[in-house]
Order: sequence, then structure tokens, then C-alpha cells
Amino acid sequence: MKADPKSVLTGTHYLDGDYACGEGAMAAGCRFVAGYPITPSTEVVERISQRFPFMGGTFIQMEDELASMAAVVGASWTGTKSMTVTSGPGFSLMMENIGLAAMMETPCVVVNVQRGGPSTGLPTMVGQADMMQARWGSHGDYELIALCPQSPQEAFDLTIDAFNLSEEYRVPVLFMMDECVGHMTEKVVIPPADQIQLRPRVLTKVPPAEFLPYRVNGSQIPEFARAGDGYRFHTTGLTHDERGYPVMTVEMQEICVRRLVDKIRLNADKIARYEEDGVEGADVVVVAYGITARVAREAVDLARAQGRKVGILRLIVAWPFPEKRIRELSKRVKAFVVPEINYGQMVLEVERCAAERAAAIPVPHGGGGVHDPERICAAILEVAK
Amino acid sequence: MTDVIEKIEMPEHPIAPFIRMDRMPHIWCPTCGIGTVVKCYAAALSDSGLNLDKVSIVSGIGCTGRVAGYMKLDAFHSTHGRAIPFATGVKLGRPELLVTVFSGDGDLVGIGGNHFIHAARRNMDLLVILVNNFIYGMTGGQNAPTTPLKARSSTMPFGNFERPFNLPHLAASSGASYVARWTCLHTRRLKQAFEEGLQRKGFRFIEVIAPCSTLYARLNKLGSGLNLMRFYHDSAEVRNGEDTRKVGMGFQDKIICGKFVDEEGPTFLDLMQQHYKGVLKDRYVPMPPEGGLLHE
Repeated sequence: MKADPKSVLTGTHYLDGDYACGEGAMAAGCRFVAGYPITPSTEVVERISQRFPFMGGTFIQMEDELASMAAVVGASWTGTKSMTVTSGPGFSLMMENIGLAAMMETPCVVVNVQRGGPSTGLPTMVGQADMMQARWGSHGDYELIALCPQSPQEAFDLTIDAFNLSEEYRVPVLFMMDECVGHMTEKVVIPPADQIQLRPRVLTKVPPAEFLPYRVNGSQIPEFARAGDGYRFHTTGLTHDERGYPVMTVEMQEICVRRLVDKIRLNADKIARYEEDGVEGADVVVVAYGITARVAREAVDLARAQGRKVGILRLIVAWPFPEKRIRELSKRVKAFVVPEINYGQMVLEVERCAAERAAAIPVPHGGGGVHDPERICAAILEVAK
Repeated sequence: MTDVIEKIEMPEHPIAPFIRMDRMPHIWCPTCGIGTVVKCYAAALSDSGLNLDKVSIVSGIGCTGRVAGYMKLDAFHSTHGRAIPFATGVKLGRPELLVTVFSGDGDLVGIGGNHFIHAARRNMDLLVILVNNFIYGMTGGQNAPTTPLKARSSTMPFGNFERPFNLPHLAASSGASYVARWTCLHTRRLKQAFEEGLQRKGFRFIEVIAPCSTLYARLNKLGSGLNLMRFYHDSAEVRNGEDTRKVGMGFQDKIICGKFVDEEGPTFLDLMQQHYKGVLKDRYVPMPPEGGLLHE
């Protein structure tokens, strides 16, 4: 379906990443946002609370991030597209109900504008150290989707994709911005509503008497019924059967959790998204994401100027990780150089997929600023001798 | 013999249409008080004349946290302590729904205490039924924020020395529009309270005192659940309209029951919509009652 013109601010704007993300959410059809103020993400909900009253949306500032995430899961079960927005400390609190959303298979979007951590860390300064938390933050086994925008334009575009993916796979999609992208102001082009393709919440057509909320017919994703339509369904965070009833057995755990994992893993190649430049024939490939991808591009240019064959692979979808592509490249390149604003997180995935066929060199940064491109360049030159 | 039994027609239990009979038997212990509370709630739904397709129920975790799972409504068994914010999302996501929160004392005012007071402060449109058994039942009888002074729990083996909450006072002073307390043996009054709760708006809070026969009764040498139920019933004193400051409970003490607060006030949604209408005039677009689902 096409976007609702009421919520699409068509035109060319000068926006920061937080505002652009908020605009993306509204264009994507989000009509419920619950959040708790936290730097550097608050501008997203400020933007939304300014515009929601004109388009039938409800924003509520909850008492904490536990409540915000719980409310988002509840609202999504009414069919209303829902989102919350936070940064590291709040992201930690949301993990409980991100797990619930994963278990209940609830489409929703969680924006994390990453700052330096751990704990209160660097509230106003950049970090990229929540990437592994995005994958493993809530307890138990599950698979989610995480996106990493590199610019305000992408903050807009990819927020729409985040909603669409959450609807398609019935998972929380984690929108892993970083403080630099969130607070950087650039040109953002918002297309007309009729050029924005949305995936609506698809409601089941099975009559209530025959409907089972977790029955899958060949597909990996069950059909959805929303509260208030006469289905009288049951859903729970407990291990459950296709009726949504708790069943505490080894066999049911295998059926229930296996599918939660498989619905993403078996579609990983379809969901994975990255952008490459100069990878063919390269000796070294830089793997980066978010703001660091933009810094890394400068480093790649510096290295190329010195005659090195260097490519760059920018992660757009961080989870699921583009395993297949990294595995292919690892057969041809000498090394991957992985700068990120943490002490080595996504580099572990690169290392795993490279499986010692190619080196995986971390270029860590503790947070609070971005890399000096010279440092990344030095790491490239070191391995591309 | 078998033939005779097969010919006996079992009439359907009057609350069967409201219960997921395919989930029976339930998990509750014999002489647990939760069952009668569920019966009263189902009876209230039955007599309410409400379209039950528009009624959702949300529970947290614990013994009472299983109630949502047994009700034949749109039912959500959410996370520990988060039933109220989850229910807030359901209500705001589709404002036409009537949303009940059904959970225990540990869930709603222990781990979920912050959500409880904020939902009351906002006068969020929720009927909150709290079954108070004075203890964490499902995990084995640990001390709760409602355990009376001197009562024993598995983590206060020498008796509780922490002061408990006075829940009607907590709800009333936080802004609830309806506050009542009954025991699970006041079935007629309880059903009536639920009927009122289903009809009123805003944050309606009903505390129900119920025995935990397996843990609270045993740890405190109070006999069976039935003994305890009888004791609660006999110790109950009805004081409708009583000042909630005066309804705190001690160990095996008098239980002041009644309807303490019943004041119609603007709910969160009333205030939000009236405010935006006043400020933004006809530019304001409220969420439709059926929710913010965008159709093709």
C-alpha cells in the first residue's frame, strides 16, 4: 500500500538524523509511540509529538523504558504500527519486552541512537557499542533484524524499511543509529506519499472459529489477528503451541523457538543488505557501518591514493549478518579491516565468517568521537603491504 | 454401569462460555482463592451486556498472572510487572477496547509498582483487578510488598519486619477513580464491584484478598486454605466510603472491605483529546476508536 499523505512531509529538507527518523516512522504508518526521554534520541519523539496530533497518532511518555517497550508490544497487537526510541541505558531496560515481542512475534520498531557506554557512559557523545546487545541483549534464543543508517537521508529511508521488515517477519526491528547520525544535519529528500511503498499489517482472513494464532501453513510466519476483532486469541511469553497456549515440553520448545530462529536465519540472504565499492580485485576490504562507514571511506581514498587495492563493504543490515558475502570475499582478499566505535564487536562476526582464510583486523575506538581516517588508513596499509 | 454414566447429561457450567475450557484443569492449588475471583469476573462479564469481542485482558506473571490465559477474551500473558503498561498500549492502540488487567500483588505493586502509580496518576482507562495473597506464590512463598508485619514467608522465616503497602490508599492517593477491596468469599459484592468496574471509566482498582493455601497458610500455620478463607470472611468489616488511610492490614487482623472511592474524572484519553481539540481546533485528528491501522 501507499503511504498516507497526511503523514508524509514531501519535499527537500535540512534535517538531523533524529528528526528524519521520526519523519520516516510517520511516513511508514506508525501511529503509536511510547518513549522515555534519553539523550541523544529524544529529538525523535519530540518531532513525533509535534506532528502526531495532526495525523491520528498517539504519543505517550511512559514512566520508564520498561513501560515504553511493554506499551509498544501491547499497541502493536491492536494492529496499530508502534515504535519506541531510546539510547543505551534505556535499550538495556527494553530488553525484557524486546524478548516478549520476539516470543509473541510482534511487529514493532525500536530505535537506539547509540552513545558511549557502558552504564551512563557518554550521554551526548557517539558510540557503536550496542551492536552485540542488539543481537543477544534479551535472554534466550531468538533472531531479530537490525539496521544501521549512515546519514539523515538513510535515517528516513531505512526507518520505513524497518517498519516494512517488522511487518513481513513479525519481529521487533532494531534501528541502530548512532549519536553522530542522529545529530548530524543534512539534506533529506522526502518523496511524495504515493512513491512510498508500505507493507500494511496483514490481518488474517481465517474465521475466528478456525483461527490459531501460531499456526503456520508452510510459511515461517503465522497470520495475524488483532485484539478487538472477535478472535478471542491468547498469546504468551511462555513456550507455546499453535493455539498460543503454554506447553512446557522439550518438544514444544524445539518447535516454538526453532521457528523464531529459522524465520530469520533461513531468510538471512534475502534480508541482508550491504553496499560495496571497489571490492572486486581488492586486497583489503574495509567493513564498516553507521557514521564509521563515512569516516572509513575517507581512509579508503587515502589508501587508494597510495596505490593500494582497497574496497569497502558497508553494512546496512547488521543483523542478520551477511555471512555468505563475507565468506565469499574471504577466499579472495588478504584481510578485512573493521573500524567501529567499540572495542571489537562486528569484527567478531567478520572473523568468524572469514574463518582464517583472511585476517580480520579490528580498528577500535572507545567512543565519544569518530576515528581519525589516518588510523584506519594505517591499518589498511599495514595489511596491504 | 458405564452406560448409566454416559447417559447423564452434564449441564454446561454457567461460566464455561467465558473460560477456555480446553485449558482446564487450571494450575491453581485446591482452596486457592483465585478461582472464585475468576468466577465473579466471568459472572460480571456475563451480566454486563458488553460485546466481549471488544474486551481484552492482560496479566503479568505469577499465580494470578495465569488468569488472562484462562479467559475466553483477547488475552495477553505479558511479562512480570508489565501488565499495566502493556494494557496501556492495547487501550491507546485501539481506544474502543475495554481493557482489564488481572494480576497479583507481587506483580502489580512489587516489580510493577512504578507502572501502577503512574497509570493511576494518568487515570488510564483500565480495570485493574489485583488478587492479594500476601506472598509470592508461584516462586514458593517469598516475602511480598503486601506481606503483613510478623507474617512468615520463605525469605522472612523469622517473620516479616518490612512494612507492607496499604493498596487502596496507594491507588487512591495516586489518582484512581474507583477503589474497592473485598475478599474472595464476598462473591456477591465482588461481582457487583466488577460490574461497576466494567462500567466506570478511568483507573478502577479492585483489591481482592485471597488465601494462598499452599504457602502462606502453611508457613504461618493457619490451617487449610478453607480455614483461611473462613477467617478472612469472618474478619472482614464492611466500611464503604472509609478513608483509605485507615484500611491498612496487620497479620491475621481485621480486613476493612468496601468501596472507598467512586469518582468520575476525566481519563487520560479524555484529557488528551479535549486538550488537543481546544488548542488545535479542527486541525486535530484523534486516533479513530478502532485504532491506527492503515487500510489498503
